[in-house]
Amino acid sequence: MVTLRMRVNGTTRSLDIEPWVSLLDALREQLDLTGTKKGCDQGACGACTVLADGERINSCLALAVQYEDRDITTIEGITHPIQQAFIEHDGFQCGYCTSGQICSAIGMLAEHGAGMPSAVTEPGATGLSEAEIRERMSGNLCRCGAYNGIVDAIKEVAR
Amino acid sequence: MTTTETQSPPRERAVGQGIDRVDGPEKTTGKARFAAEFPYPDLAYAALVHATVARGRITGIDAKAAEAVTGVLSVITHLNAPVLKPAPARSMLDLSTMVSATSVNYLNTDEVHWDGQPVAVVVAESLEAARRGAALVEVTYQEFPAAVDFAAEEANAKPQKNSLLGAGSAKKGDAEAALAAAPVSVDLRFTTPPHNHNAIEPHATTAIWDGDRLTVHEGSQAIAWMRKHLALRFGIPERNVRMTSPYVGGGFGGKGLIWPGTILTALAARATGRPVRMMLTREGVYRTVGGRTPSIQRVALGAGQDGRLTALIHTSVTRSGKVGGGPEQVTGAAGHLYDAENILLQQNLVEMDLIPNTFMRAPGEAIGTFALEAAVDELAGELGVDPIELRMRNEPARNPLDGKRFAHRMLREAYALGAERFGWAERTPEPGSMRDGRWLVGMGVATAYHPSVQFTANVTARLSADGTVVVRCGFQEMGMGGATAQAQIAADELGVPYEAVRVEYGDTDLPTGPMAGGSAQTASIAASLLAACAKLKGEVLGLARRSGDSPLRGQRLAGVEARDGGLYRLDRPDSGESYEAILSRAGRPYVEAAIGAESGLGAVAGQVRFMAKFLSDQRRWVKAACGAQFCEVRVDQDTGEVRVSRWLGVFDVGRVINAKTAASQLRGGIVMGIGMALSEETLVDPRNGRVMNPGLGDYHVPVHADIPPIDIHYLDEPDPTMPLGLLGIGEVSITGVAGAIASAVHHATGKRVRDLPITLDKLL
Repeated sequence: MVTLRMRVNGTTRSLDIEPWVSLLDALREQLDLTGTKKGCDQGACGACTVLADGERINSCLALAVQYEDRDITTIEGITHPIQQAFIEHDGFQCGYCTSGQICSAIGMLAEHGAGMPSAVTEPGATGLSEAEIRERMSGNLCRCGAYNGIVDAIKEVAR
Repeated sequence: MTTTETQSPPRERAVGQGIDRVDGPEKTTGKARFAAEFPYPDLAYAALVHATVARGRITGIDAKAAEAVTGVLSVITHLNAPVLKPAPARSMLDLSTMVSATSVNYLNTDEVHWDGQPVAVVVAESLEAARRGAALVEVTYQEFPAAVDFAAEEANAKPQKNSLLGAGSAKKGDAEAALAAAPVSVDLRFTTPPHNHNAIEPHATTAIWDGDRLTVHEGSQAIAWMRKHLALRFGIPERNVRMTSPYVGGGFGGKGLIWPGTILTALAARATGRPVRMMLTREGVYRTVGGRTPSIQRVALGAGQDGRLTALIHTSVTRSGKVGGGPEQVTGAAGHLYDAENILLQQNLVEMDLIPNTFMRAPGEAIGTFALEAAVDELAGELGVDPIELRMRNEPARNPLDGKRFAHRMLREAYALGAERFGWAERTPEPGSMRDGRWLVGMGVATAYHPSVQFTANVTARLSADGTVVVRCGFQEMGMGGATAQAQIAADELGVPYEAVRVEYGDTDLPTGPMAGGSAQTASIAASLLAACAKLKGEVLGLARRSGDSPLRGQRLAGVEARDGGLYRLDRPDSGESYEAILSRAGRPYVEAAIGAESGLGAVAGQVRFMAKFLSDQRRWVKAACGAQFCEVRVDQDTGEVRVSRWLGVFDVGRVINAKTAASQLRGGIVMGIGMALSEETLVDPRNGRVMNPGLGDYHVPVHADIPPIDIHYLDEPDPTMPLGLLGIGEVSITGVAGAIASAVHHATGKRVRDLPITLDKLL
């Protein structure tokens, strides 16, 4: 067992966990923050996306012990206009990938704002086109196929 | 004579509007709790051990290493598992028996029937210990020969017999002779691979026993049937089982039947005396939940020089498991779409030592319309006729097989609107003739078709004196927007604001709902909800009529309308009363109406009514949702990479209840169809029957970058034979998609790919 502290959604939490517990399982099973979802546990679907010091990560591929004293934001700690935009643009159906899509979108907007390019960024381009959004959000799968609504929601808040 | 009627402005109806889904706030804040997210003190975790042979007998299990893992509570195998009763045989007299996915009595047998079948469950204090323990269980087998190579089994397929639930074959005239005599013909072979649903929420169960009472939280498309199944398996009364499923993280058919994970979680909880949670690993979903069958199909079309079809032949080979599964209606659409003089349809089935197939979004039709529609496009090419024009020349006025009436059919209108909006006229017919730099551009069309059915649904509706309404029905919500749609319907029927209606669902404590399948849930509930609302209005009017003071005194139900939170006379619109006034005068806090019986003779009568309606509907007419799919693809001239660059679908789905959620659901089917066309394939090792790509890294579902803006239109013409005129929309939009893409790829490149998925290696 390892004892560690972590700031989760602005509150310092203390965890007694085995060192092999993923950040995702620590959040869901120990802290009862079940808004973060497990879809594949392999880093392939993005449902478990959270923000670590503002950067988006797949929490299933992170060990909780790596995040001692770091700042973790889960969907439960987010209040952002993108949530209403998701509702208005119907950017989800079943809702299972939604927490990850929202956290990922917030992280993605920050990356783009900081000038980080993507695979489709043309030299010198700075705008966030639909193609940019789609490319940058491609790590977050939605099997219901709500991609159009998600892109529209992100476009609205990126304006 | 002049009248001085005050003309009130037209009332805004809730039905048809694009109202935001009611569960949006829960789903965007992480508050929605799914099956694996119900906290219980003392919760234990379970993990499965999967068989590593396709057919055989367990000869030994060594659980010592697993039991030695700190935190492991129990390793449950066929040597020590509690007794489970066998799964009931399927019977049309009790539809709940259909929910059984396999006939295997898990952990009550030493027999193995597919690679991946659970052979042990490890229960532990933590998720990590359960998984570690499961990895350490050693199982030895005596292996038997197994049929696991679908391509090799084609010759062993047997013709499917016709049954109450579906036709295995159909015939009109002599199609083979007509084909041989036809001046223009195509005779083509298509294949489609197995597919898996890949709902983002893996199947998950939380099971809690209290004495002989069982509570199960499950992501389920059929809570009532699963409840009954669990009661049978564990030998307890049905009333002792409660299943809740408030949110389902995607289903697509994969959560419609009861698979081993659900049963074994309940069994593990019973064996250990602890609440147990088990979420399958992604790999575990592939190993223990069936998917879509692969298929081999023949489509042969013969036509005169005028393009009129003289012969239509569609045959298929699909597989089921030896322990479950069944045929899929691969050739179903071919019997309804084209006015051919001679038709031959035959589905064939081979049983294999693999996990049984199960329904996945438009089972049969999704892959059948790929072959049929791609073949029609090939025939259009042979004839030198525009593919839409060819379809219009063969558009039937009545059902081609038997002359039955269509309840509703607006395919001509769908194509006309689609062609105009999509800009079909800009397409130059010659393959390879449209280019944009290094991209070869192609445009394709296909018809979408899915039959409409209705199940029974028990519903109660309560109207309170404050004008609020509660609708209760144990249906399932996996993203279709069911609660939102039913609230809209109740609001209009009772004349209250949409916000005044609350819909309760996803719990077997509620009146028994229909299963979420066959695109039938919304219509099934709507039928009962309309009846419940009529009963409520009748009862309220009865209260008013009994009062000497009411302006509704002496009025009949046909003479009043529900609006503005009350009942008002149709002949004198200013004359009426609010529900509040009527109920409070009568001293009633609420009135309630119930449709359908939960048990006893009434429930049996409900099943009989369902079958009678089902059969009489089948006799009287052909009911279906349909549509026209238009797509544009771009194919890289050097790499063969295919990108879908534009999509437009026009759907004839009867009346649309919620413009926003309906469009989303139709888009979702197209997205899944794009995956089917271009990337999705479950790879089964032909030597041992093991799924080789059991994960989202290797099974490629469409991602954001794969999906262009999808333009959805619908005709919004009510179907006269359906409640409120609505046709189900859950499945129709995946049909035709792969056919449209295959045709567009041909238009871009001149290459016909008849084996899905259309990967770039097939274009080089």
